[in-house]
Amino acid sequence: MTSYTRLLGAAVALTLLTGAPAFSQQLELKVMAPAAPGGGWDQTARAMQQALVAAGVARSVQVTNVAGAGGSVGIAQFVNGAKGDGNQLMVNGFVMVGALAMNKSPVTLDQVTPIARLTEEIQVIVVPANSPIKTAQDLAAAVKADIARVTFAGGSAGGVDHVMAALFAGTIGADAKKINYIPFSGGGESLAAILGGKVTAGISGLSEYDGQIKSGKLRALGVTSEKRIAGVDIPTFREQGIDLVLANWRSVMAPPGITAEQKKTLGDAVEKMVKSDAWKGILKQKGWDDAYVGGDAFADFLKKETLRVTDVLKSVGLIKS
Amino acid sequence: MDAFVALANGMAVAVQPMNLLYALIGVLLGTAVGVLPGIGPALTVALLLPVTYKLDPGGSLIMFAGIYYGGMYGGSTTAILINTPGESASMATALEGNKMAKAGRGGPALATAAIGSFVAGTIATIGLAFLAPWLVDFAVNFGPEDYFALMCVAFVTVSATFGSSPIRGLTSLFIGLSLGLVGIDKLTGQARLAFGIPELLDGVEVTTLAVGLFAIGEALYVVSRRHHGEEKLEPVRGSLWMTREDWQRSWKPWLRGTVFGFPIGALPAGGAEIPTFLSYSTEKRLAKHPEEFGKGAIEGVAGPEAANNASAAGTLVPLLTLGLPTSATAAMMLAGFQQYGLNPGPLLFAERPELVWGLIASLFIANVMLLVLNLPLVGLWVKLLAIPQPWLYAGILVFATTGTIAAKPSVVELSMLAGFGVMGFLMRRFDFPIAPVVIGLILGPIAESQLRRAMSISLGDPMALLQSPMSATLLAIALIALVAPFVMQGLGRFKANED
Repeated sequence: MTSYTRLLGAAVALTLLTGAPAFSQQLELKVMAPAAPGGGWDQTARAMQQALVAAGVARSVQVTNVAGAGGSVGIAQFVNGAKGDGNQLMVNGFVMVGALAMNKSPVTLDQVTPIARLTEEIQVIVVPANSPIKTAQDLAAAVKADIARVTFAGGSAGGVDHVMAALFAGTIGADAKKINYIPFSGGGESLAAILGGKVTAGISGLSEYDGQIKSGKLRALGVTSEKRIAGVDIPTFREQGIDLVLANWRSVMAPPGITAEQKKTLGDAVEKMVKSDAWKGILKQKGWDDAYVGGDAFADFLKKETLRVTDVLKSVGLIKS
Repeated sequence: MDAFVALANGMAVAVQPMNLLYALIGVLLGTAVGVLPGIGPALTVALLLPVTYKLDPGGSLIMFAGIYYGGMYGGSTTAILINTPGESASMATALEGNKMAKAGRGGPALATAAIGSFVAGTIATIGLAFLAPWLVDFAVNFGPEDYFALMCVAFVTVSATFGSSPIRGLTSLFIGLSLGLVGIDKLTGQARLAFGIPELLDGVEVTTLAVGLFAIGEALYVVSRRHHGEEKLEPVRGSLWMTREDWQRSWKPWLRGTVFGFPIGALPAGGAEIPTFLSYSTEKRLAKHPEEFGKGAIEGVAGPEAANNASAAGTLVPLLTLGLPTSATAAMMLAGFQQYGLNPGPLLFAERPELVWGLIASLFIANVMLLVLNLPLVGLWVKLLAIPQPWLYAGILVFATTGTIAAKPSVVELSMLAGFGVMGFLMRRFDFPIAPVVIGLILGPIAESQLRRAMSISLGDPMALLQSPMSATLLAIALIALVAPFVMQGLGRFKANED
């Protein structure tokens, strides 16, 4: 029995016990986005706000923004300020794993209570349309020939794009330490560098370059999903013999020191939200993929992912051990 | 011409009563948030996104564009009246505008800002409609080395323009550059000068620095001068309206400001700050009465305000044609597009012409609305200056502090605000210009990362800076601007010796 169905059973049992959704109607939640308004975490928090209320899971949801250092400031405040509070949640994701390690944050992800992974976005590597590189194998060959000459443009240092560049090099047997990765702030700036042919290749979430790929200005070499994505005419890296599977996931956490009961209430609330039509509508609208994993399964995933990211960041020298 | 037909169709969309209403709400909200320091248009759009997602896409995008334009307008009002720039783009406006307001010429200053914004916004929107495809190619080919060279030009002109001597200007600039080093290094992810304080990891917030230096520093300075005889503020002297001479002195700066603002705004890392300061420096150099600069020259308001608004239209070029957000607000508007499943980019013009052209047309309308809205208010705004000084400055302190806390609620931020206030006071007291500090903070980090990107791409070969014709030209301009004053001085001395 997976923890997923166990949770479901528990939710049903609890609903039966309390006799009504009344208990959840009383939830008044605070969701922290440890980032400035507008970014992915903020949008996720606001999407949760919308869906939790629309699905009748919570009576009111308040979103707060605590920006700073890839979430390091937010999580510190969350761990210290919300300890034991069963009505608070925090959105985070892949980027926070690296940010905490790189900033030598005194607070780590071990200190929060994992609730669920919510969404994920598949990553893509692109080259300008006029590039001689046609496939992922071409790019691999170029990297093997002279790794320093192959420049990758992507998001902030230590973020998912950077980790992906290092994984790509590592997977094809090149020295990840030598990758020439050039961080840009935001997809916009890196896109200009790619279109202008200033760099060899660009790395980003698929949705960000979707328009450019469809209009033929960029050529997508491969996506990081395990299998082909329905409706997307881009081969995976696996198909091309490169074992690179990765997703930029976003998740939701509860504060430390909450009781098992509080944890269950929050877990149930999030699960109910994920199943609601309101949430599905938002995912469709934003182009996010549902990647719901709750409870212990998510805690396991988080542990593995933390190890993997930390290893990669050590290999490229971003974390000095 | 196709663009004319498309624009006419867009106009038909924009003048629908509902869309007019959205545009009006947008410009009102935008003006309001532009007035508050710390709360910028980006934050407002972010907060409105979930509210608007049930509205129709055209209407809410028109509203967002109204907020953007309105914010650019509103920021200038506080900059002129109380020396508190609402956002970094109106800093250059504060320099001369506030001096004008203190000399009783607040009315003309506000009027030239409003009309200049209108003129620039309109021209730039026409540019957006007709030059967009061409500008995009230019913007995309602007590489890291070219950005670095552009920053060099900005640094040189700025330090030469502000302050009583270049050495004072450079000193201020280097303070700003040092502040710009604080935080996580963009390229390696390592913390610099953060002293273990997590709030410092993201660097120093520009608005905190600007509000501290300008508003708080000014308030402290005024307090310290009270025993030296009060500086007499005249709310209105002469005409409330622009005189014939004001018009004559304003129209060229408006046009030149537009020429700076629009293309630089269209650059992916251009922004509104560089064109405003370049415009300020240019106007100072070209002015018939350069001695008036620093005492309230109307050219110094007209040019930067025009540049500021033109760059806002410029920002929409890469956003609409490439899906490339080049400012925080543009990034939020991109999120707005995406919330309706629309991906701005080359396809959008073909797939949803009514939306794109409706948006462009509504920018014209937003501009007219802002002008109609702001001109009658000029008389009301300048009455603010008639408030007794202690009350006015106490009000400014409250206003500046709450604005900063609203943007970033933390003790560290507030302490920094106070610290910068004291720094601003000391710099005023010892006659160091404050604008270069802020410019150093904004442009320093950009210049650094662009230079390092250029070096990464060229594998450490500095010749890359000269191989791009654009970069070589810009660097040559910077070099000439740096050396020319000294050479002239030398020649002057040489001549004097001969006599």
